[in-house]
Parts: sequence; C-alpha cells; structure tokens
Amino acid sequence: MRYYFKSKFTNTAIMAKTLYDKLWDAHLVHEYDDGTSLLYIDRQLVHEVTSPQAFEGLKLAGRKLWRVNANLAVADHNVPTTDRRLGIADPVSKLQVTTLTENCESAGITLFGMNDIRQGIVHVIGPEQGSTLPGMTIVCGDSHTSTHGALGALAFGIGTSDVEHVLATQCILQKKAKNMRVTVNGQLQPGVTAKDIILAIIGKIGTAGGTGYTIEYAGEVIESLSMEARMTICNMSIEAGARAGLVAVDQTTIDYVKDRPYSPNDEMWQQAVEYWQSLKSDDKAEFDIEIELDANQIKPYLSWGTSPEMVMPIDATVPDPELENDPVKREGMQRALEYMDLKPGMRAEDIQPDKVFIGSCTNARIEDLRAAADVVKGKKLAANIKLAMVVPGSGLVKQQAEQEGLDEIFKSTGFEWREPGCSMCLGMNEDQLEPGERCASTSNRNFEGRQGRGGRTHLVSPVIAAAAAVTGHFVDVNSVG
Amino acid sequence: MQKFTNVKGIVAALDQANIDTDQIIPKQYLKSIKRTGFGPNLFDDWRYLDKGEPGMDHSKRKLNPDFVLNHDRYQGAKILLTRENFGCGSSREHAPWALLDYGFSCIIAPSYADIFFNNCFKNGILPVTLDSHQVDELFDEVLNHEGCQFEVDLPAQTVTTDNGQIYSFQINPTQKNRLLEGLDDIGITLQQAEKIKTYESERAKITPWVFN
Repeated sequence: MRYYFKSKFTNTAIMAKTLYDKLWDAHLVHEYDDGTSLLYIDRQLVHEVTSPQAFEGLKLAGRKLWRVNANLAVADHNVPTTDRRLGIADPVSKLQVTTLTENCESAGITLFGMNDIRQGIVHVIGPEQGSTLPGMTIVCGDSHTSTHGALGALAFGIGTSDVEHVLATQCILQKKAKNMRVTVNGQLQPGVTAKDIILAIIGKIGTAGGTGYTIEYAGEVIESLSMEARMTICNMSIEAGARAGLVAVDQTTIDYVKDRPYSPNDEMWQQAVEYWQSLKSDDKAEFDIEIELDANQIKPYLSWGTSPEMVMPIDATVPDPELENDPVKREGMQRALEYMDLKPGMRAEDIQPDKVFIGSCTNARIEDLRAAADVVKGKKLAANIKLAMVVPGSGLVKQQAEQEGLDEIFKSTGFEWREPGCSMCLGMNEDQLEPGERCASTSNRNFEGRQGRGGRTHLVSPVIAAAAAVTGHFVDVNSVG
Repeated sequence: MQKFTNVKGIVAALDQANIDTDQIIPKQYLKSIKRTGFGPNLFDDWRYLDKGEPGMDHSKRKLNPDFVLNHDRYQGAKILLTRENFGCGSSREHAPWALLDYGFSCIIAPSYADIFFNNCFKNGILPVTLDSHQVDELFDEVLNHEGCQFEVDLPAQTVTTDNGQIYSFQINPTQKNRLLEGLDDIGITLQQAEKIKTYESERAKITPWVFN
C-alpha cells in the first residue's frame, strides 16, 4: 500500500473537482463566516431508535416538517426475526416501534411497517426502492448511512438532534470534509470479496484513519464490482472513521437504479441519467490523501480483536502485542486478546466459532446470500456450531432468495432462515450472543459486547462465514470442497 | 440546550484509546424514547458485574470494583480525561446524553470520532482536544494526585490543572458560541428559510425527480 499526500492550491485543484466537491457544491445553501455550511438534504431515512426524541423535540417546539416527502421510515433495529405474527414480545422495543408508527402517521411520512414485504434494514431498502439515488444528499440517524455512497450520493450518519434539524429545515450544518481517494487496482484472488477489501483498508489506515475525510473508492477493481459489493465497501467507511464513502456513477450504477419503485420514470429518466453521468471526480482533481491497494495482495480477512482495525489474513496468526511499539496500541491489543480469549501466534484456522451470523447492512443483500449458499450447498453445520442464522436484509431480498431456493439450501444445511432486520449485528432484539460465545459474523463492528454482553465477534465475508459454519473453524473458502 | 461556560471539578482518567459508543451506552438502553435517564447506564458493561436491562433498579446492581469510574477518588467527577478516537462507532446521541446525565459536561482527549464530536455540541458538552503529549501530562497529573481537579474555561479556551499548568485549546468559533449561548440550531437555520426555499426552487429545475 502506498500513501501520497498532495499539496493543494495548484491551478488544477481550483479548476478540477472531486466527486465529493461536486456533491457538496450542488447542495450548498448558505455559508457562514467561519466556514460552517448549510447543506441541503434530499432524503432522510428514519428508523425507530434515533427518531423518537427528534419528533418529540419538534412537537415541544411546535415545529412542522419542512418537506414530508423527503423522508422514508422503517423499523429495523428492534424487530424480531422470528415469527412476525406474534408481534414484538419485549414491551420496551414494542413501544419504540409503536412510537415510530404514530410519529410517521401524524407527520404523514411513508413507513414500511413490520409486516410490509418492503420492510428491512434501512440501508438495504433505500437503494432497493430507488429512494436513495445518485447525486442525492442522504442522512439517517445511523452511522452506516455511508452505505448509500455506493450510488454516487453523499450519505452520512447523524445524531438525533440533527435528525430533528433535518426534519424541521431540510438542511444540516456541517464543515466540509477533506478528500481521500482509495484506489484498488489489480486482480482479486478467488474467494476474496468486497468485505475483504474494506477490512484490508481499515486494517491499513486504522479506525481513525479516515476521520475528517470523505473517502472515494476508485480503481479498476472498484469499477468491476457490483452495486451490492460497492455498498459493502461504502458501508464500512465509518469503521475507518470517515462519515461518508463514495463511488463514482457508471453504467453499473445506472443499470442498478433503473425501474426501481421510487426511481425517476420515463420522461425524467433521461434527464436524470444525463445528470448522474457527471457524478465522477474530474481527471485532474486533487485529493488531500491518495492511498493505493494492490488487489492481488488482498487475502480473505477476519478480525481477531475488538476494533475493526484489528484484522488479519485468514492464513496468518494472531499478532503479538509485544511487537507493538506504541504503548497505547499495545495495551489495546492486550485487552482485546484477553476479551477475545486468543493467544498471540494462534492460527486463524484454529479459531472455532460457536455461532454464525449472516446478515446486517454490510452483507445481507441477495448476492451475499447467493455466495454463502453456494459454499454450504449439500453440506451440514459442523458439530461445534450451536446456531447458524441467515437474516436477509429486506423482505424483498428474502422473497428473491426463496424464489431461487436459497432458503432450502440454508435450511437443509442446518441454518435458521429468519425475517429481515438488524438482528445480531447489534443485538437490540432477542438475537444475541451469550457471554463467551464466539461468532463468525458478516456484520461491521466487533466491539466488546456488540453482539451481546461478553460475546466475541469475528468480522468476515459471507463466504468465510459460510465456510466456518460447515467446517467449524475459520478457513479459506477455496479449501472447502 | 443548557449553556456551557466553564466547569471546575474532579477529573476521571479513563486510560484507553478507541472507546466506542457501544461501550459508552450499550444497545439495550437505546430502546428508550426519552433523552434523559441514561446516566446510570453510562459504560454499563464495564461498570456493573451483571447484565443490565432497561427498567432495572440500577442502584441495586453490583458494581465492578475494577472499573475506574467506580473508584472512590473519581466520585462526583465532572471532567472525563481519555485517549484517541473517543466515541467511535455508531451515531447514537444517547452517548452524549448518558455522559451528561452522569455528570460529565467536559471531555478531554487527543481526538474524537466525527459524529460523536458533533453530537456533543448539540447537548452542552465541551469536547476539548489537546495534543497527545499534553494528554499524557494530564494523565500523569491525575493519576498521581488523588482528588485532582481541573478548571476548563470556554471563553478563555484554557484548561487549568491543580498544579497551575495552563493548556490552551482550539475550538471552532461557531461551536464555541453555541455552547456559550446554549443556542438552538434549528432556530438559527430557520433564519435562512428564504434561502432554503430559493435553493429548492432552483434545484427542482436541475433534479426534479428529487422533489417528487
């Protein structure tokens, strides 16, 4: 990997714009003297966890929504993934979901209810419905809003006060971030996926490496990826510290967006496509930092620690904190190893999960399920796997998978086939790890307790999770016959 | 929002980098539909020995004696001293709500995650950024002097320690002003309502599908 820091203020930098510059400039409403800007927001996605206090705030201040149609709501974090006909058993979760329903009804916001086929994880349904489109500014009270940047949209997570601010003003106060470009060239090896690319990037730049930047992902490998794979990469930009990730619009983007329920229709379609085709960085645009990765060198990855930067290739061994010079980092590594119950020098292949979770806004789209099903087809769960579950990203992903027979492949392997939601990515519903349990998870965060108090998370791609489910340990999917 | 001008009080030293918002306030407490009451659950997984759930009487739960905030010397702390990339992870504003409800109105660290940093200013919390070596010095002072207090003065942009050391910090003037005045962002933004409307009508010509 190589780093370049470029000097700004050259003539070309003034003329040429990055994609982020273009999206920013197109949405600039007002600039305050100190450089803080008022940025117009085209779309807000609303979910049950980070919105109730925002609606309450509006009510208390007697304020109205600025543009009702700019919002789309769904309940995803708290919903059960088991039989939906039974409703939500936990009264606290139930109240939060009911509150969302009431708030949306009184404000007139479109809501995909728990039993709507379109319900699912907010970052899966936005692109799926064509509600999030190229060139838009998109916010949501959820840090993984960076996902939508894959469409060439400026999308980032916000806190509840900002949710309220956007509801009331359709704008957000922000300072412009700096530009970072991560270029991935070369050829991906078999079994290496978008998840491995982003884990490799985070492993290199660290969880604060992107703080203060918007990351544009570029290069021949990114260009060759499907929209869904690009979403996986942009999704985890926040794990590198960057609020937003971006991929330039190309034919893959436009083909993906076409004919979605909320996409522009016949007469406006051509106008939209012409506009979207301008959504790429100019050739001479300068970035504050350039990072290059050689795809040939990227291996399948798994996380070994309690931060998404603590990753290792699947053929490697658990690192030794004694070899780390920085005392703060060394202490962090020691703490992580203790929490994860791992020893330096252990082979990744000797780590055995108890549970397998295939789901989350990172990896619960149809391609993820197809790839995982392909690995487990005709096999059985290994004896040490206590629970393996697939949680599709949306009702429509689930329906598609069932039409393709993927549900039967998973079920006959021994997986549970669940209803859509955030599920065990953060364990706000019943789907949680027990203390000490180890999980092969396709989600995005391996923080202490993230999937349940005392639970141990290893972040992996869907194919590595699938391989772990049928072999009982982490292993390169290429060696699973 | 409550104003922030200055704070003087005990400093709690939480010597760990990359503390994420899942630690600051675990997920089960995000089910609340209120902004208040999160203080007893700040750092819940580290602070208590048992697994906490909403609705419990947290005053009856067994505290983890090894966790620094449970140490006698840090009781009543108003300032949290910590390490790099504090508040990384999710966008949950419940994190600053929990810190404030517990009693922390000021945090001192070498760096913060973007969303968390931004969320602090919406809730009357001052996140002070100092150089790593300055933070090292502050840790030395706090760890070596029980009952150590700092005074953080926002108008003067200084942190003054018990032994008289003064550290200056930088802050965006707008964010400083909002903390000092306890200003409501929405009210300020709505002063630009005409500009927003003009923007929308111009923009609707270029990207009409956005406004459908």
